[in-house]
Amino acid sequence: MSEHEFMITMQDVNKWYGDFHVLKDVNLNIKKGEKLVICGPSGSGKSTTIRCLNHLEKFQEGKISINGTDLIEDVKVVRHIRSQVGMVFQHFNLFPHLSVLENLLLAPTWVHNKPRKEAIETAMYYLERVKIADQAHKYPNQLSGGQQQRVAIARCLCINPEIMLFDEPTSALDPEMVSEVLEVMVELAEEGITMICVTHEMGFAKKVADRVIFMDAGQIIEENEPHEFFDNPQSDRLKLFLDQILSH
Amino acid sequence: MATYTMKEAKPAPSTSKGLLFWLRENLFSDIKNSLLTLVGLYFLYTIIPPLLNWMIFDATWSGTKDEVVKEGARWIFIVEKFDQFIYGFYPESLHWRPNLVALICIAFLLSMKFVKNINIKIALILLFPVVCFVLISGGGFGLEVVETEKWGGLMLTVLVAAVGIIASFPIGIILALGRQSHMPIVKTLCVGFIEFVRGVPLITILFMASVVLPLFFSDGIDFDKLLRALIGITLFQAAYIAEVVRGGLQAIPRGQYEASESLGLSYWQGMILVILPQALKISIPNLVGSFISLFKDTTLVLIIGLFDILAMVTLTNSDTNWLGYEVEGYVFVTMIYWVICFTMSQYSKSIERKFNTEH
Repeated sequence: MSEHEFMITMQDVNKWYGDFHVLKDVNLNIKKGEKLVICGPSGSGKSTTIRCLNHLEKFQEGKISINGTDLIEDVKVVRHIRSQVGMVFQHFNLFPHLSVLENLLLAPTWVHNKPRKEAIETAMYYLERVKIADQAHKYPNQLSGGQQQRVAIARCLCINPEIMLFDEPTSALDPEMVSEVLEVMVELAEEGITMICVTHEMGFAKKVADRVIFMDAGQIIEENEPHEFFDNPQSDRLKLFLDQILSH
Repeated sequence: MATYTMKEAKPAPSTSKGLLFWLRENLFSDIKNSLLTLVGLYFLYTIIPPLLNWMIFDATWSGTKDEVVKEGARWIFIVEKFDQFIYGFYPESLHWRPNLVALICIAFLLSMKFVKNINIKIALILLFPVVCFVLISGGGFGLEVVETEKWGGLMLTVLVAAVGIIASFPIGIILALGRQSHMPIVKTLCVGFIEFVRGVPLITILFMASVVLPLFFSDGIDFDKLLRALIGITLFQAAYIAEVVRGGLQAIPRGQYEASESLGLSYWQGMILVILPQALKISIPNLVGSFISLFKDTTLVLIIGLFDILAMVTLTNSDTNWLGYEVEGYVFVTMIYWVICFTMSQYSKSIERKFNTEH
């Protein structure tokens, strides 16, 4: 398969924070519509990996290409790539001074120059999709964590992205609210958007992922389709990790 | 196994509310507190009645100074010199112009509250200072020119403070952003400017503006003295605003920057739409604090020969017909300053409430 048929390619990506080697020769090819789950202990570089994909982190060596565009240090290229990549954060990062609806309108009206009326229609459509349209005029801090995260997902969808990145989307939520967010993510996955998800929700990984990747110490240690990944881990490191997260 | 039914909420017991409860809880909760309350009350008793007598009950409000018989304040001095306190040496026949400007200011503030159309708002904001300037200084539309030397009194105080506040605000924000910039030259210039200005007293900057600055220009160019003071005050205030805004910027979580970047907003879009609204909101109390102290600092312009309200009081006190009225004069100025500063701080509280989205 040639390079251009992949939605995302990472070739020998290396990254350092000062002298600390965070990403070591990360190679990853992701097809259009593929659902990838990345897991691993904290500090293993999984968040850093997906943050490199929309240039929230710079990398020093290697090559990343998104939907045929090489990611280089150029304002226009970076903006072009970001307009195709939506990112959902652990702490939601909604803009607290704007209402839910205004949060959703910001990128479409200012970055994609959509007329406001059209942007509102799109925003309301996605708010309905994440089942929160009745809260459109509230402020983020008036919503529960689960609701905020669903708004954050809708905010990304409003820019009509090719790729969605999820950076531990349920880790900051109360246990009661995890499922309402996962439900939205499952629905999204069924629609064929390319998804990369850093998460420890193993149920979600089994249900949705085409492929699961295990990272440790800045490297990809193991990758497999989900059932093999969980039922038949190969490396000792992954066996230990799975033991620890599944033991209770 | 045990199960429990949900209970109804009950009202709080009557012993924990009401005036008596409040008094006992706050003023007489124990012996020490009760003693302090009594001492405080006695202190107020010794201060307030004499003060009220002097200011109001024994005060002379009208008549000529030879008819004064009462012991209290002789406010006739203020009445007599009122126009000078307010307008300085501005020609009396033209006092309607500053008065009109004051009305326009009120109308402008109200229009900012009630006009919803953003284009009209911007037009008003741009038009407002031009109209005010033309009205006060004259020189167009058949208005007689009034040189800035004649401007004075409360009018000058408010004008210097208003220009200083309005002009320094955008400059301060740009300096604060520059200070956070990743571009070394921009950053160095901004840090250098801010630290230099903050390390120098305002008086020095005013002296520099009025004495040193003209040395750099050839003889033909003569800056207006007031304009030089305004530039000095604006730059001085901008450095302080920059530090206040920087404090606000630092309080914004990293995630807000990342979210706005990841949505594809450019640096300036992210700053203007996402970061600054939040940072400025946090900074409101400190910004207003800094505006209030600027308002009081404007009185230093008397050093370079401009007559603000305080200078006018000092000046009228040296009128040989009106010697010995310092106390009334300064009490009057104190009240004017206090009313304006208190209004500003109350206004800031109301904006804070308005912008509060954490219900």
